[in-house]
Amino acid sequence: MAGTSEKNVDLTGIMISTPTEPGDWLIIAPMVICLGFGASLLMFRKETGQHAIVAMFALGLLVLSDIALLMRVLEKGVISMTMGRWLPPFGISFTVDALGATLALTSAVVAFIVAGYAVGSAGTSQRRYGFFPFLLLLMAGVSGSFLTGDIFNLYVWFEVLLIASFGLLILGSEKSQLDGATKYAFPNLVATTLFLVATGYLYGTFGTLNMADIARKAAGLRDTGPLMTLAVLYLFAFGMKAAAFPVNFWLPASYHTPRIVVSALFAGLLTKVGVYALLRTQLTLFSAERAVLGELIAWVAAATMIFGVLGALAQSDIRRLFGFVVVSGIGTMMAGLALGSPLGLSGTIVYAVHSMIVMTALYLLAGMIYERAGSFSLHSLSGLYASHPLLAAFALVLVLAAAGLPPFSGLWPKAFLVKAAIDVGAWWLAFAILLTALLTTIALGRVFALAFWRGPTGETGSAQPELSTHPALAYGALFALTTPVVIFGVYPEPLVQVAGSAAWSLLNGSEYIGAVFPSGSGQ
Amino acid sequence: METALSALVGVFFAVSIYLMLSKHMIRILLGVAILGNGVNLLIFTAGRLVRDVPPIIPLDLNVPQAGIANPLPQALVLTAIVIAFAFFAFLLVLTYRAYQTLGTDDTEHMRVAEPEGESPPPMSY
Amino acid sequence: MRTVIFRTVAPYLTSLMVLFSIFVLLRGHNEPGGGFIGGLIAASAFAVYGIACGVSPVRRAMYFHPMALSGFGLLLATLSGLLSLFFDVPFLTGLWTSPHLFGVELDLSTPLFFDIGVYFVVVGSITSVALALEEREKS
Repeated sequence: MAGTSEKNVDLTGIMISTPTEPGDWLIIAPMVICLGFGASLLMFRKETGQHAIVAMFALGLLVLSDIALLMRVLEKGVISMTMGRWLPPFGISFTVDALGATLALTSAVVAFIVAGYAVGSAGTSQRRYGFFPFLLLLMAGVSGSFLTGDIFNLYVWFEVLLIASFGLLILGSEKSQLDGATKYAFPNLVATTLFLVATGYLYGTFGTLNMADIARKAAGLRDTGPLMTLAVLYLFAFGMKAAAFPVNFWLPASYHTPRIVVSALFAGLLTKVGVYALLRTQLTLFSAERAVLGELIAWVAAATMIFGVLGALAQSDIRRLFGFVVVSGIGTMMAGLALGSPLGLSGTIVYAVHSMIVMTALYLLAGMIYERAGSFSLHSLSGLYASHPLLAAFALVLVLAAAGLPPFSGLWPKAFLVKAAIDVGAWWLAFAILLTALLTTIALGRVFALAFWRGPTGETGSAQPELSTHPALAYGALFALTTPVVIFGVYPEPLVQVAGSAAWSLLNGSEYIGAVFPSGSGQ
Repeated sequence: METALSALVGVFFAVSIYLMLSKHMIRILLGVAILGNGVNLLIFTAGRLVRDVPPIIPLDLNVPQAGIANPLPQALVLTAIVIAFAFFAFLLVLTYRAYQTLGTDDTEHMRVAEPEGESPPPMSY
Repeated sequence: MRTVIFRTVAPYLTSLMVLFSIFVLLRGHNEPGGGFIGGLIAASAFAVYGIACGVSPVRRAMYFHPMALSGFGLLLATLSGLLSLFFDVPFLTGLWTSPHLFGVELDLSTPLFFDIGVYFVVVGSITSVALALEEREKS
């Protein structure tokens, strides 16, 4: 078919004629880096000794390219690149706004730190089973979900991250892992299938899959098209992915079963991809429908918050307790979506960044506790403050940050959300956020009081304490995660500014549409 | 034609939801597989059905003829089939392994990760 | 399943199927066919060989581990998209060239290499699932 262009066909209407700026390659760099290096690691699967180095290099590159991408987005506004030289909406667009770039950068940083912790874990078996290739493929899925501008492409990236997460979840194939993986796999697969159902209806209604194109056409179809059905279907599908009440039970049933690095990664990244997809579909695509659904989303958010933290109060296994805290955090993020005001959305975005870092750090902390005390159970953990004062200091910071107490990063998003809720007169939502903060303080405070503060009880855990992770790397990872928590707590302005501009561009779809369709082309 | 296919999609969904409500993993697995097929049919129907020309450009033309079938839903369905197939294969292996190791495919007896009768955390020091 | 007839026929059947899969892969360029369907044919060829002669002969015959093959395919597909970096066009743009090799005009393009990558991904992943299932069957 090389001859097509020679046969004098007018291509200006269907193909991009302007050369691509080199800077625009940053848009797809995260996926190319992850896929390329992940594939190379799969190819050389026997050379497990080199896996850690290559993966760390790739993730470092990913962090750098995400930083450059965020800077470019902050400087130039929303940027877009359409694959294969086709003009949008014919080609698949990748469209990056401040929200996607911020979350992509945070996820890359978290993955880099978790990989550093994993390098320290002595288990070569873990490498043999392919931890690092799966980690890179997972990051390809996560980055792709944050950066894509095409709804079907979003589905594909969801599936990429889902299949990589399955692989990570059953590394080692222990009994409890198989049990947890089953309970994780089926609901998640049903959720993505529902996402596909919604996308099928959406294509039937709009005849396009490009998100900017949909946003552009939504206004005209609002009277005739079943847009409310679509918005509700997406809400349900992504609510399930994000573990919102009442479809949240897969998360606490599975997140504690894999290795601790995997748990940490999942707790930090996966549910936030669901939250991002919720924000993207409900605000960019169906903003008018979201305004009607706001009340429902607010109830879901409140229920997720309260039931999540009540679940945490009843757990004695700290990993499962943290799993419920993750669920409760999802509720807090959905509160901002329910309010839909710039302040509320800033709160949601700051909370998402905060939650990615803190939840990952909490799971790494659980892993370090287990290596030092030989147990995850609050019944047998005791006296860690006396024996490991440094770990106790990190634990205190993380506990206070997760509960939303000053001077750490959890305070600001909660303050924004409470303010935004009171602004629109949703007193009960503000009360739910504050009550959740109180109950989280109790649940996590009890972990600190029992595991660290109380004197040795003489009870020991089932397993012998064994330092299988290199202490310097473990503490280094924890330090790297705690530093931003403290910095964003004391000096939140940069993050708040970025979140504010992200919220602004979410609420004003014209910039997003304009980046894909400059000057109304392709009508 | 669309009406008939829509009804068929409805039947697929009903069957798959009935199967997924079961306690047994193998039935849930079959339900998920049928759900995937129902969705594929749905996308295909959503792309409008026409009995015209296949979307292939003849050798002596540069642009497709008028009234060709819509190729995009078929591309979407193909992608979805591939993904559903990969997941079905994975879940089949997972279910089989879980059945072998746990000795049951009844979800009510799969309590390894969440043991029954766990005591609440200590209420005091 | 291990009858004498099947075991005798299987190697020839497998080689024919692999050959046919490559034909389908290359035919996919301008006509129905392509990397995915070709990969499925090749994977079923290896599955047939595994059913007839056991899993370890298949692993020996493939030489590379199936997952390594899919890794290679994924890398090839990614790199074929990345080539457009040097031509000022967006990612995954189809680029064509027609060099004359040994007196024959050969149409080479990035979609071709992308398709070969897809072929390897499919062969690798489906074969590894099939072999894993066949291995379980015995134990």
